[in-house]
Amino acid sequence: MNDPLLSIRDLTIHYEMEQSVVEAVNGMSFDVFEGEAVGLVGETGAGKTTTALGIMRLIQTPPGHIVQGSIRFMGEDLLQKSETQMRKIRGNQISMIFQDPMTSLNPVMTVGEQISEVIRLHNHLSRKEALRQAVDMLEMVGIPGSRYMEYPHQFSGGMKQRVVIAIALACKPKLLIADEPTTALDVTIQAQVLDMILKLQKELHTATILITHDLGVVAETCDKVGILYAGQIVEFSNLHEIYKNPLHPYTKGLFGSLPDISKKLTRLKPIKGLMPDPTALPNYCSFYDRCDHRTDACKQGEPPFVEATPGHWVRCKCLTGGETA
Amino acid sequence: MYRYILKRLLMLLPVLLGVLLIIFILSEITPGDAARQLAGEFASEEDVQAIREELGLNRPFLERFFSYLTGLVTRGDLGVSYQTGQPVIQEIADRFPTTLLLALVSMLFSILIGIPTGIISAIRQYSWIDSTSMVVALVGVSMPNFWQGLLNIIVFSIWLGWLPASGFYGWQYWILPAVTIGTSSAAMITRMTRSSMLEVIHQDYIRTARAKGQKENVIIIKHALKNALIPIVTVVGIQFGGLLGGAVLTETVFAIPGLGKFMVDAIKARNYPVVQGGVLVLAVVFSVVNLLVDILYSYIDPRLKSMYRKTVRIKN
Repeated sequence: MNDPLLSIRDLTIHYEMEQSVVEAVNGMSFDVFEGEAVGLVGETGAGKTTTALGIMRLIQTPPGHIVQGSIRFMGEDLLQKSETQMRKIRGNQISMIFQDPMTSLNPVMTVGEQISEVIRLHNHLSRKEALRQAVDMLEMVGIPGSRYMEYPHQFSGGMKQRVVIAIALACKPKLLIADEPTTALDVTIQAQVLDMILKLQKELHTATILITHDLGVVAETCDKVGILYAGQIVEFSNLHEIYKNPLHPYTKGLFGSLPDISKKLTRLKPIKGLMPDPTALPNYCSFYDRCDHRTDACKQGEPPFVEATPGHWVRCKCLTGGETA
Repeated sequence: MYRYILKRLLMLLPVLLGVLLIIFILSEITPGDAARQLAGEFASEEDVQAIREELGLNRPFLERFFSYLTGLVTRGDLGVSYQTGQPVIQEIADRFPTTLLLALVSMLFSILIGIPTGIISAIRQYSWIDSTSMVVALVGVSMPNFWQGLLNIIVFSIWLGWLPASGFYGWQYWILPAVTIGTSSAAMITRMTRSSMLEVIHQDYIRTARAKGQKENVIIIKHALKNALIPIVTVVGIQFGGLLGGAVLTETVFAIPGLGKFMVDAIKARNYPVVQGGVLVLAVVFSVVNLLVDILYSYIDPRLKSMYRKTVRIKN
């Protein structure tokens, strides 16, 4: 297989507060290949957004620090790049869609200006030509091009998110990071926006990292899935494998807590307990306290991230220790 | 938009009427007798009475007020100065441009100092630059105008001999008065710019701009400052009134022949028509400046523009 477009290894990001250190991302590793869609699923506080901002190198410092690891994009380590070099990559080769469309557009600039800004930053174009391309982008996301002179407050939430998508895709990036792009939208609009991201992703052959807490969204859109827990990927595989054959107890728990209309169940099975405090993570498996399959071995150091079957990676001792879950 | 401006201009009338009534009442209850002041210390009671009659001071309060009002509305007449016998409007027209110019220069000074300092304080929050400028701003706000004026004269004119202490003959005469008047406004603008910018630079759309690969200084000016401008412009508008008021005191300290010094002298001489005319002119200028500020809002923030339109539509 050819080299991955994005290859993250052992990425560790901490927020250093006065009293404590929040270990938001701990030794994360995964690959994204050209044109594919990878879903990152996890609960609030699992480190999804921090990972995304880390790839963009947009972590606020202080308090955030990328402690160790590497982020190789098209063969080059982004963590070694200067701020000037990163600016040429942001919005151009890697771009991002943010969670809340209501607040991610500048209220005092027309949408046309906001789209053409990113086009002009990365292409040598006249103002007029950039604006013409911005109008094309608006049409592409299904907004009449004649509305380019309007301000964000004149659009609905779903339309604002389309404008955000137009900004993100205006320079035809190699990688698109969508951080919960539909969480703030109505369910009916969610489907529209997701379809649009998918359609454009296929059209422009853009690799996508879709960050979400919604397993249903992932099932509809992604080729591969990574399950995040306490700043680590606990399971990573292709979509089919994860849904048909989940290996990690946390992944199983997630599916167990989803309603299934084909089965007659009277009660869903929630995962008991809460995610561990990120300022005081244990030095053993971080899921230990909530796990139904734990053994004494699980308390002896962190479980390694191993390839259980080809392409199916799991971070659990039950599989490496020989004991079945 | 035009209907909105027209509405605001109409709303100005009751405000000015109120201002006028208050000055009239104040001059009525202020101790001291204009006629006696004019007649001089050794004038006889008959002479004083004659002057009183000549000036119409013996007529009842309301009668005087309404005749003043009628004169103002029908002929634009502000009365005649007790001391010189010249029309007040003429005397004000001779002096007001100096005061207005002084206020504008100090405004320019305070904006040029206040906004950049505020921006730097915000983007370098909690740095030594931030703490220093905040302490200096606090001192600037707290220092009374006239006292700072005297201090400036002592330091820059007497000790250092760099700048003239009084009079009004060339640009170097402007510096000390403008700085004196503008300091407290500069301090207010600095503080407002800082807090407004701090609020804006943590907004999501600033992160969006960074994610586009935009340069930090462009983000601050193009994306952040424009959003932070509404409260800053509001403060600038209010400060302009303060600057006009500050000019009144500062002109006396620096012996500048403007409306301020003129009015202070008039108050001392119980020259009421001049005081009334002066206050009225200042009130008009202050109200017009604030109307301009409100119009400026709609150019800064498109959301407000559509709001103005909406009020018009409802009225229709």
